[in-house]
Order: sequence, then C-alpha cells, then structure tokens
Amino acid sequence: MPTFVDMTKCDGCGECVDICPSDIMHIDPVHRRSYNIEPNFCWECYSCVKACPQHAIDVRGYADFAPMGHKVRVLREKEKGSVSWKIKYRDGRVKEFTFPIRTTPWGSIKAPGDYEAPDANALRSPLLAHEPTALKVAALPTLSSAKK
Amino acid sequence: MGFFSSRKTIFVDSDILVVGGGFGGCGAAYESRYWGRDLKIVVVEKANIERSGAVAHGLSAINCYMGMQWGENQPEDHVRYARGDLMGLVREDLVYDIARHVDATVHKFEEWGLPIMRNPETGRYLREGKWQIMIHGESYKPIVAEAAAKAATQVYNRIMVTHLLMDRTRPNRVAGAVGFSVRTGHFYVFRAKAVIVAAGGASHIYRPRAVGEGMGRTWYAPWSSASAYGLLIEAGAKMIQMENKIVLCRFKDGYGPVGAWFLLLKSHATNAYGENYEITRFNEIKALVGNYADIKPMPTCLRNHAMLEEMKAGRGPIYMHTQQVLDTAEKEEIGWEDFLDMTIGQAVVWASQNIDPKERASELTTSEPYVMGSHATCSGAWASGPDDCAPDDYQWGYNRMTTLEGLFGAGDTIGGSAHKFSSGSFTEGRIAGKSAVKYIMDLKGATPEVDEQRVAELARIIFKPLENYKIGRNEIVAGTVSPNYLLPLHGLQRLEKLMDEYVGGYTTYYITNEHLLNRGMELLTMLKEDLEHLGAENLHQLQRAWELHHRVLTSESVARHTLFRQETRWPGYYYRADHPKLDDAEWHVFTGSEYDAKTGEWRMSKLPVHHILQWAV
Ligand SMILES: Cc1cc2nc3c(=O)[nH]c(=O)nc-3n(C[C@H](O)[C@H](O)[C@H](O)COP(=O)(O)OP(=O)(O)OC[C@H]3O[C@@H](n4cnc5c(N)ncnc54)[C@H](O)[C@@H]3O)c2cc1C
Ligand code: SF4
Ligand code: SF4
Repeated sequence: MPTFVDMTKCDGCGECVDICPSDIMHIDPVHRRSYNIEPNFCWECYSCVKACPQHAIDVRGYADFAPMGHKVRVLREKEKGSVSWKIKYRDGRVKEFTFPIRTTPWGSIKAPGDYEAPDANALRSPLLAHEPTALKVAALPTLSSAKK
Repeated sequence: MGFFSSRKTIFVDSDILVVGGGFGGCGAAYESRYWGRDLKIVVVEKANIERSGAVAHGLSAINCYMGMQWGENQPEDHVRYARGDLMGLVREDLVYDIARHVDATVHKFEEWGLPIMRNPETGRYLREGKWQIMIHGESYKPIVAEAAAKAATQVYNRIMVTHLLMDRTRPNRVAGAVGFSVRTGHFYVFRAKAVIVAAGGASHIYRPRAVGEGMGRTWYAPWSSASAYGLLIEAGAKMIQMENKIVLCRFKDGYGPVGAWFLLLKSHATNAYGENYEITRFNEIKALVGNYADIKPMPTCLRNHAMLEEMKAGRGPIYMHTQQVLDTAEKEEIGWEDFLDMTIGQAVVWASQNIDPKERASELTTSEPYVMGSHATCSGAWASGPDDCAPDDYQWGYNRMTTLEGLFGAGDTIGGSAHKFSSGSFTEGRIAGKSAVKYIMDLKGATPEVDEQRVAELARIIFKPLENYKIGRNEIVAGTVSPNYLLPLHGLQRLEKLMDEYVGGYTTYYITNEHLLNRGMELLTMLKEDLEHLGAENLHQLQRAWELHHRVLTSESVARHTLFRQETRWPGYYYRADHPKLDDAEWHVFTGSEYDAKTGEWRMSKLPVHHILQWAV
C-alpha cells in the first residue's frame, strides 16, 4: 500500500523524507508538503507513517491487488514504548492491537567504548566482546568440544 | 563536470569503513569500537540507519538462536541443520562460527531493550521453532542502530556507495570506497585501512509477481539493491554459489512470512482439495534427489518443489489454513503481530480482501527469486574462516576477509553461511569487526593509497547519468521516451524480464537450460552496454541508476554460475532442464567466480566442500 499525504495536515517538516529507506518521500516544491514520488518503490514499511508528527501520512493498498475501502492505521508512542494498530476492513469490520516495542529508555544503550578496555592479548582469541559472560555458558564452544 | 560546478569532493579518512548500516553493518561498528578504542570508525549508509535495510519494518522473530544456556541446541546442531537445508553445501566453519557466538548477540539485544517473548511455563524465550524465538520487534532496527551510532565515530546517512577503491600500487588491496550524497550531490571519497561491506542482498533482479504500482511489494526489500555483490564483483573478489538464489513460499500478494504459522501456530498447507501435497509427493521427490528427501525438516527448496508441482498440476490455490489454529485471542494476536511487525502489507491484503484469518484460509504462493547470503540460501563472497576451525584451504588471513586484502564482509555479503538471519548477520558483522581491528593493528601504519587518477575517472563516471539526461532531455518535447538515454526504471524492467525468461524466474516455473542461459547472457551484455546511456533526472534517479548497475553485474554473475553448475541441486529454487538431477559425484562443490572489470572476463572454478563435522547428511 503506497503512501499518500493529507494536504491539510502536512506542514512540510521533512521527517518522512529523512527516514524513508527508499528515498521516495520528497517535498513538493510548489505545495511545500511531502508526497510519495515513486509509489512503485514503496515497501509499505510504514517508517514514514510512524515518524510523521502530524499523522498526515496514510496508505492505500497497492492498486494491483488490494480492493479499496480498507485502512491500516498506526500510532507509535516511542516514550510509552508501544505501537497501536487499527485495522478497518473493506466490509467495515475493525480490529485493534497494541504491542510493546522497547523495554528500556531510548538512548540508554551502553556504548561499546564505555566498557573496560579488553586485554590486548584477547584480540588474538576467538572471543567477541562480552564473552564468555554474555553467552551464559561457561566457555565459548570450540570444534574439539563439539559432538561429532 | 561543467553542468554541476557547485559539486564538491569530500574526503573522509578512517581506519575502518563500514559500507551499509543494516544488521551486519551495525554489528561491525559495535564490535570494532569495542576492540579498537582509538580507531576512526565510519559507517556509510544510503538511507538512514534508524530504518534502513531488510529490517526497516521490524521483525517478529529472531531466526537464529541456539539457546545453549538451556541446552536447547549446540552450534554443531545448527551446522547439521544448515547443511541439510542447503542440500549438503555450506561453509561449515562459517556456520559453526556464527552459531557459537549468536546467543551472546541475542542476550545483548535483550539487555538493550528488545522485548523477547517468554514461555510462561518454562521462563525461557518463547520458541517459534527449533531455531527461532518470538519478539515484539517493531523497533528492532532503531534499537540496533542506537548501539551502532554510539559505536561509530561518525555515521554518514544518504550516501550511495558506488565503487570500492583499490590501493594504487597493490591492486589486490582495498583502500576505500566512493559514492555520492543523495541530498547534496557531493562526491565522497572514503579512504580507509580496512573496509567491511555489509550492503545487503538483492531484490528486483527478477521480474516480481506484483505489477505496476505494486512492484515495490517484493518479499525482500526493494532497496536491497545487490550492492554488496555489485561492489565486490567489480573489485574482483571471488564470489561463490551465486546460482543459489532463493524462492520463498509466502502468503500470496502481501508476501507475509509463513514461519510463525507453520512452526508456532502449527497451521498447515494443502492444495485446493484439502490434500497435504508434501506427503502425497514424497516418493516422487525421493526419486529426484535421493536421501536428501529424508532430511528433517524437509529442505526449504524441496517443500517449494512439492508446492510448484501441485500448482503445475492445476490443483491450486494452495491454502494456509489459518482458520484452524486461531482458536484463542492470544493466538489471534500473535498471528496479526507477526505481520504488523514485519510485513504490514499482508495485513492490508487481509483488510482489503475481507479475509479474517480466524474465519478463512489464505492463499500461498512462491515468490520471484532473490539473491541473498543470510537466509535459506548462501550466495556471496568467498571468505577466510576462523583460524580455530576452518580447514587450511578456507584460511588465507583474517576471519571474514574476502580474497581482496583488507576487504571484509558480513550478512548477505558473505557466501556459504546460510541461516544466519538478523541475529547471525549482526554476529557476523561483529566477527568481521574484530577481525578488521586485528588486521589494522598488524598493519602498523602501512596505510593504503588511493589512485588519484582512478578517483577522477570515477567522479566522471558516477555523475554521467545526470549529464546524459540533461543533454537528451533537450532533444524531446516531454515524456519518458528518448532515443539517447534509458531511464533507470527502463533498464530495471529489461533486466527483470530477461532474468525471468532466461535465467529461471517464476513465469517459466524457475526452469532454464544452457541455451536459454546463453541467449540471456547475450541480451544481458547489451543491457550492460546500454547502462552507459542511463539518464538520471535528479539525484534520486542517480541512486536508482547505480542500484541498477549493481543489480546488472550481480545478475550476470547469477547467470554465469547457473550455467556453470551442470545439475539441479535445489529443485524448488531453480531447475536446469538439461541436467535435471542432483549429481553429487561431480557437483558436491561450491561454484566460484572472479570477474575482471577491465576485460569483462569471468573465471569460474570449483571449490571444495569440507565437512568439518563428520556425520552423514
Ligand atoms: C520480510 C522479511 C522477513 C524477515 N524475517 C526475519 C525473521 O523473522 N527473523 C530474522 O532473524 N531475520 C529475518 N529476516 C532476514 C534479515 O532481515 C536479514 O537476514 C538481515 O537483515 C541481513 O542483514 P544484512 O546486514 O546483510 O542486510 P540489511 O540488514 O538489509 O542491511 C544492508 C544495508 O546496506 C545499505 N546499503 C545497501 N546498498 C548500499 C550502498 N550502495 N551504499 C550504502 N549503503 C547501502 C542498506 O540501506 C542497508 O541499510 C527477514 C527479512 C525480510 C525482508
Ligand atoms: S513527516 Fe508528516 S508533516 Fe512532516 S513533511 Fe512528512 S508528511 Fe509532512
Ligand atoms: S512506507 Fe516505507 S517505503 Fe513507503 S514511503 Fe513510507 S517509508 Fe518509504
């Protein structure tokens, strides 16, 4: 379902332009609002829909196989850590779902450079960062320990 | 460059350059920072790493997790699985290496904030299947990107990398990469001591089933532009198994994945008459591939094969009986979340076609083929293995280094290591990252030098489509038809049509032969020549032009490899009608190729498959 933008809601902020993995949300030079320049390269990933502060972007199922009259709306609440969906069928039925998206605060990941620097000799070992602790087993498996 | 005189050339120097900020690239950035505290680590990405790559939507499962902490699986079990699923041919050293590290990666993801579902009875991660665990993965990519952004010295978003740069005096050694900003149009020259390519797999080299506006609804992302292969092939790296493209059994049109339905919800598929065709066709499959048919679970390609035979026999549609398994509200939520997390288009198909999965079955189909290295397939670069488990002829230096010095890879880029998926691709990025740090430390200041002349030549080549358009556009009134230039979409559609018709796409039921392949390659050569005349109206179209270059070179490699392997190893992925049987005596080997960009010649080879773990398939 390629995206389209509601002329009355979009304020031309460019968030969708910034996030679209396909580089197909562009600002129209005349109207100063965004639109999908290449619907046939849209993956319906909803990245732009979720990112739009004005909720101005919606989608309409691909013309070649999706009959009209449906809606799949999303609200991603980053700080609440959830994403909510409202699905409206062509025949009017509605389904709603909410799912968690993250269990920790945004920005809270500890950078790899903030861990204690590894011993220089460890560079020669097959162990990766945080191993073996992060494996939650006593040691990194090796071929000689494998059951052949 | 008269037309675009405001264009600047920007030089960026780094120790490690990561090309592509998807799962492999984020892992590479993270791990190289951990080991290389003072190094300059640069990530260059054509989109925005927060939502780039195959995981832009999110995912609903992590498909590669051993569960060693609970004794669920050991790395050697995963090798056995990958070997069986790929009909005997995987780099067992690479698969083993990923499997033994992958649990630590997943534990880190959970610590970072990825919600992983738990089984309320056991307290362990909720298993979808033997290797898969269920997640609430809408934000999987933003979480992983946060870790990578904190690791990298700098992330350059919206730069399309077009070529790798080689050392001025040693053509077998990488020295960086070039590309352009899709926003400013500036020319970027990245000079680096080591380069890790993690630019993902390839969609849109075969004609997709969807047409017109729906063309973007491919299973793998439309932005999976084959750059990993295009960059490496052009630079002369040895590639393997490029014929091993993957065809996926998916929900029809929306391409919703089937894993959670088959494995967790225990749904099953039948033909239109309610018959389980995998059972009824078993003897026939056994006659085709012998003992490989007995592998449990049945290899992915053979399951496709059974479905295809059923469709050819006119017993479609094939149905997934979702209505028989969604008997609780909880299961209904799992079913919907599966798609809302990773293939929203499938939810749209249900809503638009009035299909409530609780009430009626959904159609399945087989997709157009894709080229990948991280799924139930293993196309990609020939890479050096881990020194503690790779046989001697799989080792020539640093772990995950390609045949070009200083050039590493991860995820879809690396061949032979199937079934790594998101977690394994990130893990492979970590392996490559650590290895690249080691390489740089050993290098001790012997910095590679880029060739100024080559850089100047590339600046001319890269921006030429803008000039082609500007000149050609003046010759016509309006519209898209010009005698002097080809738009990227025109070229792409010519490529997809010929790959489909000659190199085993869906319209031929994935069948080809020597004559079709040779004719296809003749047409492909002309398309390659026509790429000189690509016309790009703007920077966005210039990105499309270079994506097409990468796709075309990758396609040529696919065709060459398909011609070289004279057997049908993976029925259900593709068929050589002139060599319809699996032939272990001659072809229990990897196919290899090296391309010479100067002469246009390909050198094909057979490479040995070593079974480092000695049990029968
Ligand atoms: C629909 C779908 C469902 C899936 N389901 C699952 C699942 O349930 N579980 C699971 O574990 N895995 C799943 N996968 C597989 C997983 O997504 C891949 O295995 C993994 O993303 C591969 O990692 P990668 O780094 O090789 O590629 P990607 O993650 O695709 O990253 C490649 C990156 O390179 C960038 N890039 C490409 N070309 C260039 C260029 N020329 N210049 C600069 N940057 C470039 C891209 O923008 C992208 O960011 C699924 C994939 C899809 C599409
Ligand atoms: S993000 Fe929303 S408001 Fe901003 S430009 Fe895009 S559509 Fe308009
Ligand atoms: S849905 Fe995805 S591909 Fe389509 S315009 Fe939005 S961000 Fe781009």
